[in-house]
Amino acid sequence: MSSTNGGHHGLPRLLAGLEPGVAMSLAAHTRIHGPLPDVPPHQLIEEVERSGLRGRGGADFPTARKLRAVAERRRVGAVIVNGSETEPGSAKDRLLLARLPHLVLDGAVLAAGAVGSRQVIVKVGANAVDAGRALQGAIAARERDGVSIEVVAGPEGYVAGEESAVVHYLNGGPELPTFVPPRPFERGYRGRPTLIQNPETLAQLALVARFGSRWYRELGTVADPGSALVTITGAVRAPGVYELAFGTELSQLLEAAGGPSEPLQALLVGGYFGTWMEASEAASLRLAREDLRSVGCSLGSGVLIALGGSACGLHESARVISYLADQSAGQCGPCVYGLRSIADSVAALADGVAHPRERDRLLRWTSEIRGRGACHHPDGAVRFVESALSVFREDIDWHRTGRCHAPPAGLPLAGPAVAGGRLR
Amino acid sequence: MSARLRVNPITCEAHGLCAELLPELIRLDDWGYPILDESEVPPDLIGLARRAVDACPTLALLLDED
Repeated sequence: MSSTNGGHHGLPRLLAGLEPGVAMSLAAHTRIHGPLPDVPPHQLIEEVERSGLRGRGGADFPTARKLRAVAERRRVGAVIVNGSETEPGSAKDRLLLARLPHLVLDGAVLAAGAVGSRQVIVKVGANAVDAGRALQGAIAARERDGVSIEVVAGPEGYVAGEESAVVHYLNGGPELPTFVPPRPFERGYRGRPTLIQNPETLAQLALVARFGSRWYRELGTVADPGSALVTITGAVRAPGVYELAFGTELSQLLEAAGGPSEPLQALLVGGYFGTWMEASEAASLRLAREDLRSVGCSLGSGVLIALGGSACGLHESARVISYLADQSAGQCGPCVYGLRSIADSVAALADGVAHPRERDRLLRWTSEIRGRGACHHPDGAVRFVESALSVFREDIDWHRTGRCHAPPAGLPLAGPAVAGGRLR
Repeated sequence: MSARLRVNPITCEAHGLCAELLPELIRLDDWGYPILDESEVPPDLIGLARRAVDACPTLALLLDED
């Protein structure tokens, strides 16, 4: 590894040299990060393993294990960059693809070399016009990658970004999850073993390949090394995408986004598949898996949404779960009927018209539905609801006796979390 | 030799025959979809489990035997 020069130290890493409103040119990219390194496949996978890099699409899976699972197979097919980013609270992948396309493509080309693939497909949402344009420009500027790279704009919609749904769509089917196994690494694009990775994961991999795992571990904690892109929205003064080191306290994350715009009551960690936490409990937690797991949370795709004290957590949760129910692919009964029933029930709690024991029934439903869809859509949705029922428990009784006049908090639903100009 | 029940949730259409035929391991949720006991099928129930699998009109119920 060319780790002797070590890259530059501290932050930003991925976002180094980012300029507002324009995609970074290949010349600028090469000036900042150096040329694409030539690393033998096994050496790259070993270096990624030593770095401790994990997938940044929400599943948190060790990247080296995923690379190895594909590399060990014969007749490997494509590497798919899953730039769908259908989580409404997240804006980081579009930021990377639209502004730093060469970093993501470097990672994809390196990953293709590591697993023995000659084809890269970048899948983006049809609405991510900036990302599509920047990628096309970047591909035209690149030479001698040794692999073919193409961009495919696909349907939007929450489950369309699920990895089996992406493969299904690229294979000419509808953008719906499939019954797994087989998983994409066994049988994916055109029936061949397929590596599918999130853009941030590949961007991080591109830096690990250049500067090595020791450099990568200069930031973060032992268990969660490196940096992460976090989309911070809601009741903060400067919502946007920020690059922070793992191990940073959540209160410092909020400060990075300009600080709270009013006293906070709760944080939604991990986006709409994530969990609510009381603001007082959350502030001292660190951006690290062990800290978040201790309170039943995970970082998901790197989303932090702050809920101000003037808003109503129950009504906001009712809106989110109703959105998630609408976003079901409509294939599996427990998801289709279960999430709709749960959404109606949470709405009744928020409106103060629910049966006194509605919360108990909801908890039975959430436990019964978990794990019973073809994809993890219902699992994420019920986890979100369970956290709402816990954090906003007192509000449930309160809503039964009095009217709630809280204004809508304006959480991002079915649209970008952050307007294009606010990305930083 | 062990066997476990699995359902393909995409093809399942909540006919409910499985829960009729194998209530020991399968119950229905509030919408009529099966909730399986996913632990190992006890030897004395293997025959009934196979019968439930064969009876599923959409072939959604599976018995993984190995």
